[in-house]
Amino acid sequence: MPTVAISQANPRLCQSLLMLRFFLHRSGQLLITLLGITVLTFGIMHLAPGEPTVVQSEMNPRVSAQAREQLRKLYGLDRPLWIQYGDWLRRMGTLDFGTAFTDGRPVAEAIAEKIPITLTINLLSLVLIVLVAVPMGIYAAVHHHSGFDKATTVFVFLGFAMPTFWLALLLMLLFGVALGWLPISGYQTLGVSLSFGERLVDWTRHLLLPVFVSAFGGLAGFSRYVRSSMLEVTLQDYIRTARAKGLDERTIVYKHAFRNALIPIVTLLGLSVPGLIGGSVIFETIYAIPGMGQLFYQAVTARDYPVVMGITVIGALLTLLGNFAADLSYALVNPKVKAQSEGRK
Amino acid sequence: MREFWRHFRRNRLAVAGGAIVAAMLAVALLAPLLAPYDPSAIQVSSILLPPSFDHLLGTDALGRDVLSRMIYGTQISLLVGFVAVGISVAIGIFIGALAGYYPGRVDTLFMRLVDIMLSIPTFFLILAVIALVGPNLINIMIVIGVTSWMGVARLVRGEFLALRESDYVSAARALGVPAHRIIFSHILPNAMAPVYVSTILGIAAAVLVESSLSFLGLGVQPPTPSWGNILTDGKSNIEIAWWLSCFPGVAILVTVLGYNLLGEGLRDALDPRLKK
Repeated sequence: MPTVAISQANPRLCQSLLMLRFFLHRSGQLLITLLGITVLTFGIMHLAPGEPTVVQSEMNPRVSAQAREQLRKLYGLDRPLWIQYGDWLRRMGTLDFGTAFTDGRPVAEAIAEKIPITLTINLLSLVLIVLVAVPMGIYAAVHHHSGFDKATTVFVFLGFAMPTFWLALLLMLLFGVALGWLPISGYQTLGVSLSFGERLVDWTRHLLLPVFVSAFGGLAGFSRYVRSSMLEVTLQDYIRTARAKGLDERTIVYKHAFRNALIPIVTLLGLSVPGLIGGSVIFETIYAIPGMGQLFYQAVTARDYPVVMGITVIGALLTLLGNFAADLSYALVNPKVKAQSEGRK
Repeated sequence: MREFWRHFRRNRLAVAGGAIVAAMLAVALLAPLLAPYDPSAIQVSSILLPPSFDHLLGTDALGRDVLSRMIYGTQISLLVGFVAVGISVAIGIFIGALAGYYPGRVDTLFMRLVDIMLSIPTFFLILAVIALVGPNLINIMIVIGVTSWMGVARLVRGEFLALRESDYVSAARALGVPAHRIIFSHILPNAMAPVYVSTILGIAAAVLVESSLSFLGLGVQPPTPSWGNILTDGKSNIEIAWWLSCFPGVAILVTVLGYNLLGEGLRDALDPRLKK
């Protein structure tokens, strides 16, 4: 075993090698999953009844069978499925998702234009989730069974049961209509020229509700997770040791317990990506924010297949990258993973 | 079993959840008796009336009674919840059992499929399929079911991995009991406990998804009343009719909360060790 020899000679190098192998292993899995996603997406789109040419020509009685056949040829729908898939995959490799049925624009261009808005909102809500949920969870765990802990539990249950779109609607009703404090649609005021500072205020006012709505579900899940993770850690022997040594409670909580509780939390952040991206359909539609979610919604209602497929694949890619990043950072902060990847092979 | 009841009854939240679930079932079953008006009777003279003694929760843009529509909406929500979860649990059990019983290629294949399904944002997947098959009651039940079986599959697989090595399974195998009987009548009954919990929690999730879809106009289509599509009206009339945006949401919140509490309580009662 070369690894053994290296590990005796240079444990440091061995560790980096193991990390590298872990990284490669994960990347391989990522690629396979990605390929599977493309097969699945393509399969769903093409095996389902109803063809894009039907949507385009059904409404128009003057489109003859012959013209429809021409349309089919234009989109390559007359060729065998696996050839269509191969073509599609090859073009996808270069991020060419074809052109939208509805307006004829390249799908990649439309997505590229919309994606920054969606990602900004999702990142902001991730930040909000971490900033609020982590202290909340720690406090609830440290003051276990206190009034605050019970209030958090109630909040968590409500958060899980609250339909996002209803929350969006209620906030719109309260702050937009009844109080009139915040705008209820778009992400910026159109048709006015503002200085940079004013523009920043304008963005904040527009994005306050969407970011909060998008973060809400995550807040509940996350604070609960931090709480139980902290509770688990505080039962460990090393915490008892720290207490026995007479360290003050602050050091124990923030230095010893929280650092260890942080490890599973990193993973959860990665796992919350699909929920956030999926949720963008809802809040972007409600608040009329021209992002990827709204584009997706419009494409779904118009049966614009290339756009639907493109966004589904991009969404899955973002999810995979989120999981991948979580895996890697997990391995980086947790020495136990290295030991595991060594033991498995 | 007796111990299960003891644990369950001691958990007041779980009992409250059970009560909510039972009440919602009763409302759904007794809808024709409870609804004060015909849910689809259009009344031009009473468009967008605020809540009053005549119409406790007001009327919508077509003058229909909101309370009656919500009562009938209960039927739709629960129907979608039950059928969708039935489909997802059936698929999950089937795939999880096979993957857990046949380690190796079958397991790898199915678990890879689970990974793939989990990496597509579920709501995207649901919407993409709805775009193709068209939004209606039957389709959304199937689509929600087909896109939400992964959790159950993982649970069942885990149970099977543990149980397939147990003595009674080895004994059955030695006696020459065919594999499908070992899987479905020997192992499965012992692997069901966690499945019950995720079934209850799954209903809550399905009710949420159905209402979101209906709200977006991609679920239950009007004039069939559903909590989600009443809220769509709420959004279009948000400046003038607050009641349309409020009450159906409360119904969704309470129902989902009820199933979640019941599910969590069930989990604690089935496995008291988990409760600290």
